[in-house]
Amino acid sequence: MNDVAPRRLTLTVFRYDPRAPESTPRMQPYEVEEADGMTLYIALNEVRERLDPSLQFDFVCRAGVCGSCAMLINGRPGLACSTLTKALGPEITLAPLPAFELIADLSVDTGKWMRAMSERLETWIHAREGEVDFARIEERMDPAVAEAIYELDRCIECGCCVAACGTALMREDFVGAVGLNKIARFRLDPRDRRKDDDYFDLIGDDDGVFGCMSLLGCHDVCPKNLPLQTQIAFMRRLMAAEGLKPSQKQGGGK
Amino acid sequence: MKVDYTDVLVVGGGLAGLRIALAAKRRGHDTVILSLVPPKRSHSAAAQGGMQASLGNVIKGSGDNEDVHFQDTVRGSDWGADQEVVRMFVDTAPKAVRELAAWGVPWTRISKGEREVVINGKKVIISEREQADGLLNQRNFGGTSKWRTCYASAGTGHAMLYAVSDQTIAASIPVHERVEALALIHDAGRCCGAIVRDLVSGALSAHVAKATVIATGGAGRLYRATTNAVICEGIGTVIALETGLAALSNMEAVQFHPTGLFPSGILITEGCRGDGGLLRDVDGHRFMPDYEPEKKDLAARDVVSRRMLEHIRKGKGVKSRFGEHLWLDITLLGREHIEKNLREVQEICRNFLDIDPSKDLIPVYPAAHYTMGGVRTNPTGESPGLAGLFVAGEAACWDIHGFNRLGGNSVAETIVAGMIVGESIAAFCDRPQSDLTVSTGIIREFLAREDAKISALLTGGGDEDANLLRIRMQEIMTEKVGIFRTAGKLATAVDELQALLAKSRNIGVRNKSRGANPELVAAYRTQKMIKLALCVACGALARTESRGAHYRDDFPRRDDAQWLRRTLAIWKNESDTLPTLNYEPLDVMRMELPPGSRGYGTKDDHIVHSDAPRRAAEVEATRKRLVDADRFAVQTALMPYDHLLPPGLRVRNERIDGSN
Repeated sequence: MNDVAPRRLTLTVFRYDPRAPESTPRMQPYEVEEADGMTLYIALNEVRERLDPSLQFDFVCRAGVCGSCAMLINGRPGLACSTLTKALGPEITLAPLPAFELIADLSVDTGKWMRAMSERLETWIHAREGEVDFARIEERMDPAVAEAIYELDRCIECGCCVAACGTALMREDFVGAVGLNKIARFRLDPRDRRKDDDYFDLIGDDDGVFGCMSLLGCHDVCPKNLPLQTQIAFMRRLMAAEGLKPSQKQGGGK
Repeated sequence: MKVDYTDVLVVGGGLAGLRIALAAKRRGHDTVILSLVPPKRSHSAAAQGGMQASLGNVIKGSGDNEDVHFQDTVRGSDWGADQEVVRMFVDTAPKAVRELAAWGVPWTRISKGEREVVINGKKVIISEREQADGLLNQRNFGGTSKWRTCYASAGTGHAMLYAVSDQTIAASIPVHERVEALALIHDAGRCCGAIVRDLVSGALSAHVAKATVIATGGAGRLYRATTNAVICEGIGTVIALETGLAALSNMEAVQFHPTGLFPSGILITEGCRGDGGLLRDVDGHRFMPDYEPEKKDLAARDVVSRRMLEHIRKGKGVKSRFGEHLWLDITLLGREHIEKNLREVQEICRNFLDIDPSKDLIPVYPAAHYTMGGVRTNPTGESPGLAGLFVAGEAACWDIHGFNRLGGNSVAETIVAGMIVGESIAAFCDRPQSDLTVSTGIIREFLAREDAKISALLTGGGDEDANLLRIRMQEIMTEKVGIFRTAGKLATAVDELQALLAKSRNIGVRNKSRGANPELVAAYRTQKMIKLALCVACGALARTESRGAHYRDDFPRRDDAQWLRRTLAIWKNESDTLPTLNYEPLDVMRMELPPGSRGYGTKDDHIVHSDAPRRAAEVEATRKRLVDADRFAVQTALMPYDHLLPPGLRVRNERIDGSN
């Protein structure tokens, strides 16, 4: 309840709709008055409702759990919905995440990218048996293992790590920290029958773990604070060992 | 004219839609999912606290089984639920949670031996059994008599959604992302698919399907403060309503979650109170035991939300510049517990309020959370009014929640309904009589109609602002169709919403693009949402009793004599300004659990249904007669339901105490 006049914020926003022939990329400033507890979600909606109904951006949960609203906030990838304006200066620059296909303005197609990554890395449990007998008591798991899997399973596929990655910007097919983290997650999971040589087939090259230049922008920007640095280093060591095995993949069969 | 054909068209990429798609695809039916957003961004991801399934793994859940889950759910529903469907649900929930365990959900597990927990504000040591070691852990939740809620920290919905979504990717089920179904195509009482708008290009197309599924979630966005994601606007529900054939049921039953973060409404899980957290007032006093000596902070949500507002009305709220609120106190759980089991709560508190819940109190206020009502279906998930239309999850009124849903029963419903309705859709598609004959003329008409509506918004010369109409609608709903309702306020709400509906037919859009156009989207959605708001308000005005989340200050008693029936709302003609209400009675003589007291909330002073004593006597006599029989025989004698389940699901659930 302070009496200080609210700040005027200037949101300078990247505008471009590649589907509209008359549109050209440009930066457009909008002014909003800061309110208590204002997030970029609130600020951007205010811009769209009051100033510019054509502005495109993506929000879904507005609670930091769905990963829809990642964008470059003053040049740094982050979730707009859980960024409080009070944490920023009065001049705020917003741009779409690089490395993903631009839909328009601040909206990028992370969904398509993530689905392709999932298909390529087969990011699902490869069960030991066929059908689940769901009438029986579930398989036991060490609580610490379950917790360790959960820790990595918290990834929300927001794309911040890809946007912050030097390799991903140069190499279109690089699976990114998001992909490497998923392999680390399934490797931990006793329910998955895949072995390191299977994972080597998926990430044992320059589009996988050996493409990482250890710049670790991914680790710095991850909004879920996933331990990406250790996971990537660990996977690289495992995959290097796997790649150096003498009788690797004779006949190509598993 | 662009037309796509498939066997099963699933509208909605959340948990219910994904699980249905898997069931249909596994039975060999071509299946396509349409989704507003990438499926992993669906609102299912926001479920935090857990999923109820009567595994009986934890010591505080020992003795749990389907019977106990059934009774908790029916009591929670204030006897509004369809008891046969509740039986199908509680029987399948353990199978659902175990299937998910096999699919990779990192459920939190049990360690055998002693652990410290907080119960009723005090630290207590409990000891988990040797044979439970490594099985799924379960936490306490509101309105349940056992610790039954399986969880993955406070990210349960996220973990479930990722596992199930990844299964659909493994099954190569195509998902069209960023598309929106604007209307259902139907002919002679048969649903034939949907007219779909691509939100990026703006193009309209038709998707023709033997079976069409609506799994689009709830409509929390009818209200100003809601835990719901911005996409939870009930549009899927409205396109069913707009057929004039499918009925919406019990739309007046809207759940307010006690602990929406104040003022944004972001969800703070019930798991906080399940794990021992407490509600406190301006004086730091724990007030819930004053109102609810039995269940205290863990009464059903409708009761807790009402008690919170009652307490604020007594002057015990905490004043702030945004209005009044109360406190949620989880400091007594300790940092370690919060970091491990309520991690997402800690994140939300830090991100949005810059507070640390292991030291600071969390400001909370009830927020619109769950739509118990929805498109009415029969136990197979099909709409009785429109053949070939199936509905599941929050969008449906299947009806396991009646007038109040228990925490942990929503994500459980999504998967269970996905398994059951998915099988019934597959069976429907297998039958030759389900073959579809549809004229391209019909498809063309439906496409043209939607195209004309968009043209009218863009170039019809309307001058109403959709955003202002929507904000006004949310204000009306919040102030007059909220937690406490009266005839006067509701009648005003209906009048005002009717006026808004008329205005919404004259919306103009400034941005004239037919392509991606957020303003256009807001315009047509606002028109649809006002119709839905009218269904809620009209149902609430007509229902002169209090049941579950529907509370009438002027009719505070539950009235089984008059109101043991479901509201059915249909929208007969596009030009109507009000829904037409009909009612479907619940048959007391077929109830396994005859209407009685919930054991929390108001004192038991409900008006008794004339059949209730007779049915209670029958049930009692059957139980006496079968005193030596096992619980399954007793249950079957009271209310058989096995025949309603798909054959593959008619199997008993195993438990560690050998009780299956």
